[in-house]
Amino acid sequence: MRSDDAPVVITEYRDGPLLVRGNFQLLDADGREIPTTRKTVALCRCGRSSQKPWCDSSHKLGRQSRRTADPSSSTD
Amino acid sequence: MSVTADPSTPPSPERWEPPLPRPRGPISDIVLNALSRNPGDLAAVPAPTGDPLSDDDLHLALYVCYELHYRGFAGVDPRWEWNPALLAVRELLEAPFEAALRVTFPTGTHHSGLDVRSGLTRIADRPGPALSRYLRDTATREQFLEVIVLCSAYRLKEADPHSFAIPRLENKAKAALVEIEYDEFGSGRADRIHAVLYQTSMNAAGLDARYGAYLDIIPGIALATVNVMSLFGLHRRLRAAAVGHLAIAEMTSALSNKRQADGLRRLGFDTAATGFFDEHVIADSVHDVIALNDMAGGPAAQNPELVDDILFGASAATGLDNNFAQYILDRWTSGQSSLRSHSAPSIRQMHVPAGQPLAAGGPGRRVAGGNLTKK
Repeated sequence: MRSDDAPVVITEYRDGPLLVRGNFQLLDADGREIPTTRKTVALCRCGRSSQKPWCDSSHKLGRQSRRTADPSSSTD
Repeated sequence: MSVTADPSTPPSPERWEPPLPRPRGPISDIVLNALSRNPGDLAAVPAPTGDPLSDDDLHLALYVCYELHYRGFAGVDPRWEWNPALLAVRELLEAPFEAALRVTFPTGTHHSGLDVRSGLTRIADRPGPALSRYLRDTATREQFLEVIVLCSAYRLKEADPHSFAIPRLENKAKAALVEIEYDEFGSGRADRIHAVLYQTSMNAAGLDARYGAYLDIIPGIALATVNVMSLFGLHRRLRAAAVGHLAIAEMTSALSNKRQADGLRRLGFDTAATGFFDEHVIADSVHDVIALNDMAGGPAAQNPELVDDILFGASAATGLDNNFAQYILDRWTSGQSSLRSHSAPSIRQMHVPAGQPLAAGGPGRRVAGGNLTKK
């Protein structure tokens, strides 16, 4: 089996980034390849990452502050 | 003609074997004495009496027992790994530790109707000591180096404990765990193994990056955060707790590592030192969603009876990490080092390469938010 033939799979994760798996190539706005060493990457879809196109978990900052404001969430 | 090594040349990293540590009490004294002999019987070990979540004697003895399954120690017969007498001692140490974890860090399953995903998210959002924010904003150079040393007990074998769970999982959970571990182990590149990245950061900071080099100055409360992973990894009955432990570590890692990388940059460290932390911002943003949705969510959907232990592993990891972080902050607040001072007073005297001198720093006074020890 040749892995090159397998389709690239993009998965949407709830409240999280898009994960890309497969033999993909990622290009910037000028058509230049964005290098990566990993086989599975997470793409930002909230717009808050400081390292776009990669997800840097900044989407959690909003969630954390909302939860902190909710007293019922801090009593476990 | 023969070629002989210069005796002043330190051993290459491949040849380094960590030395046995110094004992910290009656239990570790008996265990360490035994390990310097041929495998056989041990003297009777007294029951642990200290806090089972942090006691120096208990956790050093347990760490040493577990370490035989990883790298071993210089001069110790590797057959000790499966010596029945030593395994019996290990069980005497594990039982109070596990019991204390279950009592002290309940999973919060009294919130009826929680699925594993919301249970883990709830644990990840628990408030904790603010160590990573302190490291970002306030810590002195010396304080930061203390934390790098303290965390070396786990970071230099990062992801190893969880790999014991691979043959014990099936289907989606197995595939997800291996997908995470493959990345942890460098995706086929030895220089990208996360433990190797940590060594690179330690070297860049002027620290001794050899595995186990600092064991004598790492307190039991830090070793407990490592021992819990070995406990979960080495017992098949606790495989779901290993899953929960890794899941919560991945879920709380990226932002903490971002703060730590920013703290190192504030202190003037270069990219060689920040590399490990920078890598974890992006890597663990990937691992996070795989761990939560596929690794933990997979077995939970197929085996609902595993949910309790997944949440137990996550809750225990979070509780021990919080204890550890609070200990560090408390020590600094009282003007003390967070390292054990018994045998080696300071990393100033321990760091090996003749790197930049460490700036002397006063104790930190300000405390502010975020998890530190999360992977």
